[in-house]
Amino acid sequence: MDHGQGEGSPDHAGLAATGSRSSRILGGAEGARAVAIALASTVVLFTVLAVLVVTSPGWPEFRRTFLNREVFREALPEIADAFLLNVRIFLIAEGIILVFALFIAVLRSLPGPVFFPLRVLAIVYTDVFRGIPTILVIYTLGFGAPALQLSWVPISPLFWGVVSLVLVYSAYVAEVYRAGIESVHPSQEAAARSLGLNRGQALRFVIIPQAVRRVVPPLLNDFIGLQKDTALVAIIGPVEAFRQAQIEEAATFNFTPYLVTGLLFLLLTIPLARLTDWLIARDRRRQLAGARA
Amino acid sequence: MTEALRLENVHKYFGRLEVLRGIDLALEEHEVVCLIGASGSGKSTLLRCVNLLERIDAGRILLAGEDITGRGVDVNGVRRGIGIVFQAFNLFPHMTVVRNVTLGPRKALGVPRDRAESDALALLERFGLADKRDEYPDRLSGGQQQRLAIVRALAMRPELMLLDEVTSALDPELVGEVLEVIRELAEGGMTMLIATHEMAFAREIARRVCFLDAGVILEQGPPEEIFTTPREQRTQEFLRRVIEAGRL
Repeated sequence: MDHGQGEGSPDHAGLAATGSRSSRILGGAEGARAVAIALASTVVLFTVLAVLVVTSPGWPEFRRTFLNREVFREALPEIADAFLLNVRIFLIAEGIILVFALFIAVLRSLPGPVFFPLRVLAIVYTDVFRGIPTILVIYTLGFGAPALQLSWVPISPLFWGVVSLVLVYSAYVAEVYRAGIESVHPSQEAAARSLGLNRGQALRFVIIPQAVRRVVPPLLNDFIGLQKDTALVAIIGPVEAFRQAQIEEAATFNFTPYLVTGLLFLLLTIPLARLTDWLIARDRRRQLAGARA
Repeated sequence: MTEALRLENVHKYFGRLEVLRGIDLALEEHEVVCLIGASGSGKSTLLRCVNLLERIDAGRILLAGEDITGRGVDVNGVRRGIGIVFQAFNLFPHMTVVRNVTLGPRKALGVPRDRAESDALALLERFGLADKRDEYPDRLSGGQQQRLAIVRALAMRPELMLLDEVTSALDPELVGEVLEVIRELAEGGMTMLIATHEMAFAREIARRVCFLDAGVILEQGPPEEIFTTPREQRTQEFLRRVIEAGRL
């Protein structure tokens, strides 16, 4: 996209808003002057913050207990190892959620009076599991299900942790899918049905493929949340990164392991967040291109 | 001559609004009938009812002598034999040209992929779209998109084609290429029911023209009769407005 050098004109502002991301981060202005202003204000702000923190009375103590280099180095391998469990929980849960949530969304968009009970079931499900705090679901299932003492009910807390995350996040993701399904214009279904495809085929070949493409960014957004919430599984026992950090903290009376855990999570979530932004920007460009065509 | 389609006293409501108020209409095989009338007169609804996209509230519709509006009718089976082309094309934007055409034959008729594709290519060739086979619909011009929609319907080898104002969404310079395709279909003996605002085209291609007004067929007959000596006052008014707009 072409950017003029002038600033302040409404035309120019419009172009900047739809242009590259960097120009939006810089506040819509262009050129070397804008970069200089952005740089200067950033330096000033962070210098002030840093001075405030570093000159605070508790800073030496804080530095020893939260930013301890030795503790960091010692804790990193163990926590990184435990973090692999978070990644595993995340990957397994995500795979199941993608399928299960689509199933719920399809149930909820079935038409006609015959499917009323299924629609109600889907609505109750999404309402309930979006409404209960995740930590409560994990607690209840993790301690409750094994307490039934049924031989065929798994007792592994890891299993119930994954189940809890699947139940909670499927409720969110089902709503995302449903929004996508409803955003596909009814004329698309009419076109598919007019070819003699039945409703299931119209859904599968025409509606769902278009719906899923549209909801990829919000879907990824939910998965960023899921990645973080894998830490909640710790409360019923599995030693994942957060739990490992607690263990290290208890041994050393030093809080640096939490910093390690936080950094590990960021390592996983930031790329996904950037990817989501990139996809949204690409979608917007495509829509603009489509509108011009 | 055998009868391809018959509508008997067809009524259709949208809520409390009666959109079709007793339509009687019959098409013989290989016949081309045009529906004309103002927007909202019920042309599109009538076509959608024939394709069972809308359920009629009273009356019945017979396709080649068989009642398709009764209970227990195989709706999908009926639709496979009727091609419909929409004003807004309604192509599948996530599929390439060739997949748009093969979806129906492959999934609804169970034609193997290879054969569906070679059939599709033959049709695309015939209508000048073969070089676009791997493009997505948004890369085509409006005229090409509508020709593709016609090809998609033809790929099901329908016995009857319903065309719902297929040129209304097109830029004027693209109308011609689409009308040419329809002309070719008519010459090939395709039975067609066409809702249109292109009066000159209706006059040229139709064996019979029906004037729809407020959900009834007010007047029908050969085009020369309807366009030159309409009996009903409403038809005269409608045609006068059309002439004033420069469409005839």
